[in-house]
Amino acid sequence: MYGFLIGVGVLLVLSIIWMVYRIQTLVSVVKGSDKKIASGSNKVNAILFVLFLIGTTILMFWYSIKEFDNYELPVASEHGVITDQLFWITMAVTGVVFLITHVLLFVFPYKYQYKDDRKASFYPDNNKLEIIWTAVPAVVLAGLVISGWMAWSDITAPAPEKAHVVEIMGYQFAWEVRYPGKDNVLGDYDYRLITASNSHGVDFTDKNALDDFPSPVVVIPKGEPVLFKIRARDVLHSVFAPHMRLKMDAVPGMPTRFWFVPTKTTAEMREETGNPEFEYEIACTEICGRGHFGMRKVIEVVEPAAYQKWYSEQKSFIQQNPALTAGLKSDVKELAEIQLVESKK
Amino acid sequence: MATASVAHHDAAHDDHHDHEHHDNFITKYIFTQDHKMIGKQFLVTGMFWALIGGFLSVLFRLQLGFPDLSLEFLRPLLGGWIDETGKLDPTFYLALVTMHGTIMVFFVLTAGLSGTFSNFLIPLQIGARDMASGFMNMLSYWFFFISGVIMFISLFIKTGPAGGGWVVYPPLSALEQAVPGSGLGMTLWLVAMVFFIASSLMGGINYITTIINLRTKGMSFSRLPLTIWSFFLTAVIGLLSFPVLFGAALLLVFDRSFGTSFYLADIYVAGEALPNTGGSPVLFQHLFWFLGHPEVYIVLLPALGITSEVIATNSRKPIFGYKAMIVSMLGITILSFVVWAHHMFVSGMNPFLGSIFMFLTLIIAVPSAVKVFNYLTTLWRGNLIFTPAMLFSIGLVSFFISGGLTGIFLGNSAIDIQLHDTYFVVAHFHLVMGSASFFGMVAGVYHWFPKMFGRMMDAKLGYIHFWLTFTGVYLVFFPMHYIGIAGFPRRYYNWTNFAFTEHYTDLNMFVSTAAIVTFAAQFIFLFNFFYSMYRGRKTTANPWRSNTLEWTTPIEPGHGNWPGEIPTVYRWPYDYSKPGAAEDFIPQTVPLSQTPESNLPHEQEMVKLEVEIMREEAEVLVANESKH
Repeated sequence: MYGFLIGVGVLLVLSIIWMVYRIQTLVSVVKGSDKKIASGSNKVNAILFVLFLIGTTILMFWYSIKEFDNYELPVASEHGVITDQLFWITMAVTGVVFLITHVLLFVFPYKYQYKDDRKASFYPDNNKLEIIWTAVPAVVLAGLVISGWMAWSDITAPAPEKAHVVEIMGYQFAWEVRYPGKDNVLGDYDYRLITASNSHGVDFTDKNALDDFPSPVVVIPKGEPVLFKIRARDVLHSVFAPHMRLKMDAVPGMPTRFWFVPTKTTAEMREETGNPEFEYEIACTEICGRGHFGMRKVIEVVEPAAYQKWYSEQKSFIQQNPALTAGLKSDVKELAEIQLVESKK
Repeated sequence: MATASVAHHDAAHDDHHDHEHHDNFITKYIFTQDHKMIGKQFLVTGMFWALIGGFLSVLFRLQLGFPDLSLEFLRPLLGGWIDETGKLDPTFYLALVTMHGTIMVFFVLTAGLSGTFSNFLIPLQIGARDMASGFMNMLSYWFFFISGVIMFISLFIKTGPAGGGWVVYPPLSALEQAVPGSGLGMTLWLVAMVFFIASSLMGGINYITTIINLRTKGMSFSRLPLTIWSFFLTAVIGLLSFPVLFGAALLLVFDRSFGTSFYLADIYVAGEALPNTGGSPVLFQHLFWFLGHPEVYIVLLPALGITSEVIATNSRKPIFGYKAMIVSMLGITILSFVVWAHHMFVSGMNPFLGSIFMFLTLIIAVPSAVKVFNYLTTLWRGNLIFTPAMLFSIGLVSFFISGGLTGIFLGNSAIDIQLHDTYFVVAHFHLVMGSASFFGMVAGVYHWFPKMFGRMMDAKLGYIHFWLTFTGVYLVFFPMHYIGIAGFPRRYYNWTNFAFTEHYTDLNMFVSTAAIVTFAAQFIFLFNFFYSMYRGRKTTANPWRSNTLEWTTPIEPGHGNWPGEIPTVYRWPYDYSKPGAAEDFIPQTVPLSQTPESNLPHEQEMVKLEVEIMREEAEVLVANESKH
């Protein structure tokens, strides 16, 4: 019944629009305005451009100012401060260009709307003007590019020797984290070794792997360089830590990396944002299938001392699951057993 | 003189032709070889796809704006893709964004725009009887049609259409285990794209050949309308870049079906380690974007060409900096091939490459800026007539500025780290490439409708359509910048899983509403289009009082375009409001010798030469006449 009523309503509205349309067509034929070069609508359109300009400018500034704290994510890494600065410098430069060009674009239609008694200026070219507006954008862009390039070179430079290594592996649809353990060297891995109990495919015949440990959250120290070693197990993923201004694809078959220095602990950030539940998060930003929108991992930034303490308390893979050492060669097995004994102390 | 006699020969042939040949329905409307009808076929097919593509976007905007809304009412249409709780299936959501992208980029803005206007306008504006190869032109359309049929079928199969994003990055697009759309849906996607590539190559070869070889007498490259320049360069870009996509797709087919490892390495999926090693997913990205970036200009350049023509005509002023416009288009054409890796700053490729591509990318902003300034100067001190086409052209310039400026953020690799694959990117390319090109296409339809169908579209409906669409597009895409700066990733089914994305439900609702209204406004255009086709006011020969050649044909040009001799061209196409001239336009066919009152000093010198040429031409005509 409702469907029928809605149908009738729609039909009624459509027929009214139809009538209005026909009537205005006939009126314009009678008035002969369809024969004129520019009818009264020309003026209406010209005015609408100016109104559009004023309206949208007000709307833009109002919303941009009102919402600033909502869209400006707090930044928590050293390089993030620099890229944010670049972002806002670019915003200022492009913002000015945006406003000037749009004022011209929408005021000209009003100012130069058609008049029967006026003739447009025949002004086909001016090489001087062309050169100016080729050169000026080129210089401005060069400035932006060079500052961007310097920042980019620093960000992508090799990580410092002492950087804390964390391996992040993406798979459908979660992240897994592996720390290198006491030796600060990640053990080898091979995707063919992946099993239900060895989801990273860690190769335990490599001695470096014996002290590697997993963690449900990414714990990192404040103020010290951290190196994310990033890989993927099945399809492309992308590690995105918005507050760290960090993003890097996870590629199956090709390990990638990104290093940075976190500047605020989670606790400090909770205070700054006034949100006691604040967590640094990692999201996936490369389409990876059905669960793409749910690949959340928490980063916990702590003071360096707390980090060292936490780090030394973690249990390695083989401590958590001694069965992983089954089938190892005798010398490696010995080392593994020493570990197991240590953990029982 | 060769051109003149060839043209004459054609004309004679054509007269002859008319007597014995009558088009039946099939040869006139279906397997036609007439460039005008093929152009219209591309247009109507493009409009069909635009509706489908737009409708898909409405579906996923419903999900994004109203995540709690029960979509039960869509079950009759979507069936199993609506789950028991009335929610859209997340896999199907991915399929929707994938197909929306594919359809809009390739079927609407490549085929619908280039296909329509290159076919329709090239012979008419350069003074040719038809395309260089009418048969290949027909094949071009029908390959596109087949491609469309295959893509359309893929929407309805059980496992759903391709769902790995329109960029179809492997391994996701190669592994059926990873997402169901990578099964049959992806196979159909690849087959459809092969047909599509073949179609655009045949079209492109035709456009280039026609423009180089079939220009009428006097139509030198420096007298071509900017529309033709843009179609020419677009075809060149397409010809050089589409084969690379074909190569990329072929290797993907091998990886999917024949066990090769071009893109696949070290994969453990669905509880099983695959045998593939040594491939590189990044290789696919390089190959894809080698087409993918030029593709942006393939859809944009024709729109800019149309805009140049429409703005000049309706400003009653020559386009400012005709040569600079050509040079900047050439610059864009060349640079478009060396910026592709700016889509891959954080793909894991060597950061040094990132630096190189950042420099190259920001260079391409310079010719784009020049174009904008030239448009503005064209409007300056003009005598502007706001036809619907003019409104849409001004709208295009606005989008081109807004979306172009955000490109400066994204082209800067340091800033791109944060913005990559967020809604900032979505906002950027929907404005600069999607909406700008779409507006160019609509402007073209309003402007050349009288030439296509011999009738006028209703201007008032055109105004309403423009203001609703223009405001609508900004209301949809401008807010996405805020969402993007806030870090919202694209292709997310919803944003409830993360604390940093838990706000802006209101803004997303607003965007979705604006999108639905904007989509609905397009039906005004559709009505106007089809109604005016049959019942619109009859047009005059030159309704916009324009200079270009197409307006010298009969109101409804038959096969061969000009009933008699092809007109000769004596001047460039932008002699609007020339000082001294009585009217505010002088068509290209008016000899300089007839307009001594308005000739510029250097043109006055050319008059003598012109008179000589005209005499020679008359002699050739007489000679030909006696032969027959």
